[in-house]
Amino acid sequence: MSRRDRLSGNEAIATAMRQIEPDVFAMFPITPSTEIPQYYAQYVADGKVNTEFVCVESEHSAMSACIGAEAAGARAVTATSSAGLSLMNEMLYVAASARLPIVLAVSTRALTGPININHDYSDSMAERDSGFIQIYAENNQEAYDNYLQAHRIGEHKDVRLPVMICEDGFITSHAIENIELENDKDVKNFVGKYEPENYLLKSENPLAVGPYGISAYYMEARVAQAEAMKNAKQVILDVAADFEKNFGRKYGLFESYKMEDADIAIVIMGSSAGTAKAAVDELRESGIKAGLIKIRVFRPFPGEELAEALKNCKAVAVLDKSEGFSANGGQVFADTAAACINLEKRPKMINIIYGLGGRDFTIDAAKRVFARLQKIADGGELGPVYTHLGQRDLRKEAQ
Amino acid sequence: MAYNLKQEMSKEERFDAGHRLCAGCGAGIVCRAMMRAVDPGDKAVISNATGCLEVSSFQYPYTAWHDSYIHSAFENASATISGVEAAYNALKRKGKVKENFKFLAIGGDGGTYDIGFQALSGALERGHDFTYFCYDNEAYMNTGTQRSSATPKYASATTTPFGAESVGKKQTQKDLTQIVVAHGSPYVAQTTMIGNMKDFYEKAHKAIYTEGPTFVNVLTPCPRGWQYRTDQLAEICKLAADTCIWPLYEVENGEYRVTYIPKKKLPVEDFLRPQGRFKHIFKPGNEWIIEAIQQDVDQQWEKLLDKCR
Repeated sequence: MSRRDRLSGNEAIATAMRQIEPDVFAMFPITPSTEIPQYYAQYVADGKVNTEFVCVESEHSAMSACIGAEAAGARAVTATSSAGLSLMNEMLYVAASARLPIVLAVSTRALTGPININHDYSDSMAERDSGFIQIYAENNQEAYDNYLQAHRIGEHKDVRLPVMICEDGFITSHAIENIELENDKDVKNFVGKYEPENYLLKSENPLAVGPYGISAYYMEARVAQAEAMKNAKQVILDVAADFEKNFGRKYGLFESYKMEDADIAIVIMGSSAGTAKAAVDELRESGIKAGLIKIRVFRPFPGEELAEALKNCKAVAVLDKSEGFSANGGQVFADTAAACINLEKRPKMINIIYGLGGRDFTIDAAKRVFARLQKIADGGELGPVYTHLGQRDLRKEAQ
Repeated sequence: MAYNLKQEMSKEERFDAGHRLCAGCGAGIVCRAMMRAVDPGDKAVISNATGCLEVSSFQYPYTAWHDSYIHSAFENASATISGVEAAYNALKRKGKVKENFKFLAIGGDGGTYDIGFQALSGALERGHDFTYFCYDNEAYMNTGTQRSSATPKYASATTTPFGAESVGKKQTQKDLTQIVVAHGSPYVAQTTMIGNMKDFYEKAHKAIYTEGPTFVNVLTPCPRGWQYRTDQLAEICKLAADTCIWPLYEVENGEYRVTYIPKKKLPVEDFLRPQGRFKHIFKPGNEWIIEAIQQDVDQQWEKLLDKCR
């Protein structure tokens, strides 16, 4: 039986960690993820968990220690944000290529500069090519639920990849919401034990990790890793199905909201989806066929499924809460547009960068985007494809 | 039990021949000797910083290491072994691992004195039960002999070359052994490969079997970077000890002990002369450099003897 509780996103994730009880937690604090290891330190201090809690001297060392621990045969976790994730960058690639299913909780936050502690996805988007699976949450419940599914996805024999569980810094990490918590025992049963085939501490069969791979071998390793990421899609769906069977809440690669007959649609991620859904509801009341897709799994990218979901739309806006400085639009836009390129009949597509460094995203702002889409759907001009929404001077915004 | 080279050499090798280190390189000897210092009944996990040793000893699909081994990056051998040791503690507590394991980290001076310094300091401070071996070849050898903070003053390196306006590296070496002592480590030692390897073995064994974070700094000549003939390796190590350029000593719970006092302390130029990296200081007009090095070595040696009194 589940029970209702009021928790912040950080506490929800820390609670999921307590219930799973990893062997090693290596931590270095950074706003807004700091509370996660703080809660966990208290669980350790109170004897609620049997975990080695290692307070390292940097995020780089936190990920390095997780790599050592996971390779040794342990379940290893950590949490970070922003610059901390950037400092881990080198080791994220190592963790993924060594095929170590570490679970990393990210309270996503803007990157410097200027220095800013508020939310956007510039930190996690910068790691989209690291080889980590990336799963995003709209709210505290999803952050908790995604975390409960993470170990099983990453540890699956067809996957063996590390997993990033992303929540929105402050918006999700610090806001307190009612959520359904599952029982410790049910969580442990659902997640199961970690039983790797090979590990450093397997005394009867020593293991060597992290070789020098010359050109004759490097590419095979990378292709195997790419295959694992492709496999992750089905595993994510299988774990979600089992999660629904156990706990009743349903998850997919993305959520389609009022898409069945939608002419115009927004593709978005995280907490902003809640705001944009409210805009969809208002537009639907006035007879406008608006819809929304909330991407839950960004890596692996659900390209085929997304194209299928968008193929009947006339105009689509992809909203990126991160500025990739490509001069050609954001990261979610690039992948979504690429996914749709081979559709026989595809929607017109624009890209909106919004919400940088915690800039508010409102129902009105979402409606302005839909208004643009409606004009395009009605045969109007496409206008600039890549624009910024919600600047201080609204006159700069594309209409 | 007294040290016996023959007996030591009859132990099963835990670092195999066939690795790709250069002829005349000290690093392979360090690894063989380091692994001989792990008691045959004990298991070990080795964490290795990126560098010559890593790319030469674990090139897929071959490894020279009989024990479990992990390389993850250049600057984090200490952080990586911290994680392995933490996992061991957790899994041993939970009954999932039963055997005794020893945890070793090894890196060159680049991965230890410089880019890996923060991770080393962190791991020492946290008190993980591991031994860090630095094979100090006094420059960044894997990338082609760029200066490091362990490069001696006046040595020529590819980033501190000798020239009309340069007499080699301008700065004095960082004394990492002393910095590790300042962390309060229970056992810290400096050694190199001399004679029957007794000095190395005893320090390595003591370090590995002292609980807590311990450190062994091994002067490890590099034939490419130091520019000596490959058959001169043993001779150069011996000269480093006999000139007191690299004093052999240990610090056990803060107590200093010099483990090798040369019968006849040789002049520094005996050590410097066979090495191409010091060639320029033997040019006419540069005699003052040799004098300056001698003066510095004498001072450091006296300081060390003072600490032992």
